[in-house]
Amino acid sequence: MTTIHTDDVSATTPSAPRPASHAAPARSDRRQVNVLASLGHVALAVWALLVIAPLIWTFMAAFKTNPEIFGDAWTLPSHFNFDAFGRAWSRAHIGTYMFNSVVIVAFSTFGTMLFGSMAAYVLARYQFWGNRFIYYLFIAGLAFPVFLALVPLFFQVKNMGTLPVVGPYLGLGSRAGLILVYIAYSLPFTVFFLAAFFKTLPNSIAEAAIVDGASHTRLFFRVMLPMARSGIISITIFNILGQWNQYLLPVALIQGEGAEQRQVLTQGIANISTQAGYQADWPALFAALTLAILPMLIVYAIFQRQIQAGLTAGALK
Amino acid sequence: MRHGKYRFVASFLAVPLVLYVFYVLWPYAQAFNIALTNWNGFAPPVYVGFANFQRMFHDQLFIKAVEHNLFLLLALPLITVTIALFLSFMLNVGGRSRSGVRTGVWGSKFYRLVFFFPQVLAVAIIGVLFQQILRPDTSGAFNGPLHALLGIGPVGFLTNPTVAMWTVLGVLVWQAVGFYVVLFSAGMVSIPQDIYEAAELDGASRVSMFFRVTLPLLFDTIQVAWVYLGIAAFDAFALVQVLTVEQGGPDGATTVLANEIYRSNFVYSRAGYASAMGVALFFLTLAFAALTIRITRRERIEF
Repeated sequence: MTTIHTDDVSATTPSAPRPASHAAPARSDRRQVNVLASLGHVALAVWALLVIAPLIWTFMAAFKTNPEIFGDAWTLPSHFNFDAFGRAWSRAHIGTYMFNSVVIVAFSTFGTMLFGSMAAYVLARYQFWGNRFIYYLFIAGLAFPVFLALVPLFFQVKNMGTLPVVGPYLGLGSRAGLILVYIAYSLPFTVFFLAAFFKTLPNSIAEAAIVDGASHTRLFFRVMLPMARSGIISITIFNILGQWNQYLLPVALIQGEGAEQRQVLTQGIANISTQAGYQADWPALFAALTLAILPMLIVYAIFQRQIQAGLTAGALK
Repeated sequence: MRHGKYRFVASFLAVPLVLYVFYVLWPYAQAFNIALTNWNGFAPPVYVGFANFQRMFHDQLFIKAVEHNLFLLLALPLITVTIALFLSFMLNVGGRSRSGVRTGVWGSKFYRLVFFFPQVLAVAIIGVLFQQILRPDTSGAFNGPLHALLGIGPVGFLTNPTVAMWTVLGVLVWQAVGFYVVLFSAGMVSIPQDIYEAAELDGASRVSMFFRVTLPLLFDTIQVAWVYLGIAAFDAFALVQVLTVEQGGPDGATTVLANEIYRSNFVYSRAGYASAMGVALFFLTLAFAALTIRITRRERIEF
């Protein structure tokens, strides 16, 4: 058994004769790795193409004319002009939708993080009667599909609209109403995640701060919150993306008279898609899509590590 | 602890708890109540017992929707996890071993960057995107090359009732795979090198290394992925609403429970019936969760 293989080995590595029993698997392994690696390369490249090609096609179509869009799929636009982007921004109201999304997500994520971390902190680090009950009350929210609540939630928000004075600001079609709903539905996961995080923080520093005369509130904002920074960042990214990409809640709640001006980007893009058929302005649709995708692409390229960590944080716990 | 503790705890819990109870818990509780009425959202509701639930079993659209959810429940995790496992194994272990240290394949950072990107996009935007990409004539980004290179088609990805549900599945997989590649990669990195080295010394091939080492040690992560994808299979609302023709068509060929709930309330003003379907969805989700926990319960491998 040994003699046959030693010849082979000495041909490739004459200077380092190794025991034959190791040489055989190493060789077949190398061949196998080559096959596997090239197969792997093809698979990886194909999947990368499947992801990139649709996006490039969309960006390209934003520069095409109507006849070009309905011509051959993979031809380049005859000339690059940015007219469609102007039309998408102003006439198709992408500017307005973008503004609404930014305002709503800014407030709702801030609110989610503020209230979520406050609740998580006291639930994780203070003992009081009912602590566990309230904690599980929050966690229970993770078990229910949001569609179960959809109908009652709609009427809950609708009823808020009939309140005196604050009604118009909190009812259907209001930004503040949607912000409050976003915060409420983001709380279970935020509390769940941050409570686990606050529990891991060392006691000694908290005790030292108390001895130094810090109040509970001061201890939280000045000491504990900064110490929990990495967890806060992950879950903030998670909430920003989740709320930015939300479709169901705005479609259900931002409706009614005059609500068009307060719709968010996801809603707006879906609207433009249906309207492009009537108005026959297809380049504007692709320009709108490009305007919605490009900022995400840029932000993602810059914060790739943090975003991947933030979104997978929940699954890795 | 200093005094004032309870006042502090109460002040920190008050706002989040009120918001949560008012917008989340109370509507959830209400749903079970409304499900037993014939409420249309305007007139005072009348209790009708389980009539809404009986009606479901004769509602063709409801049955189709449940079938489609179950189809997604089986196919979405299976296909996504398989593709993601293969790609992440290639990224992490598929490369050559240089003096015993296995390196990822060339360009693995780039691939990870690209694969994950669809996860960052809104499903609604992906829906509009693919509506255009999958156009049923040769101007579609898919049908164009299909026709030119392979002479197939044009395929009615969204207009052909037998194909449309597979299209929905395909787009869901397209978006999900990158997330699980990153998730599984993180899991694979945490598997100690010496286990692979030991396997290599024992003469294990790459294929058996994947099935005998990587897969068992990744079991927990795969289980999490399965649950996540299962939950996603019960949703699919935004994609079906935006991507498919007639929001669940053609002729109900792609509708899912979430869309029927939405349609019942917001198009037909059947708040009672919509809530009853919500309750049905809740119990389906619960059954799935219980089943998954039961099937996948096994000893944890610590390393």
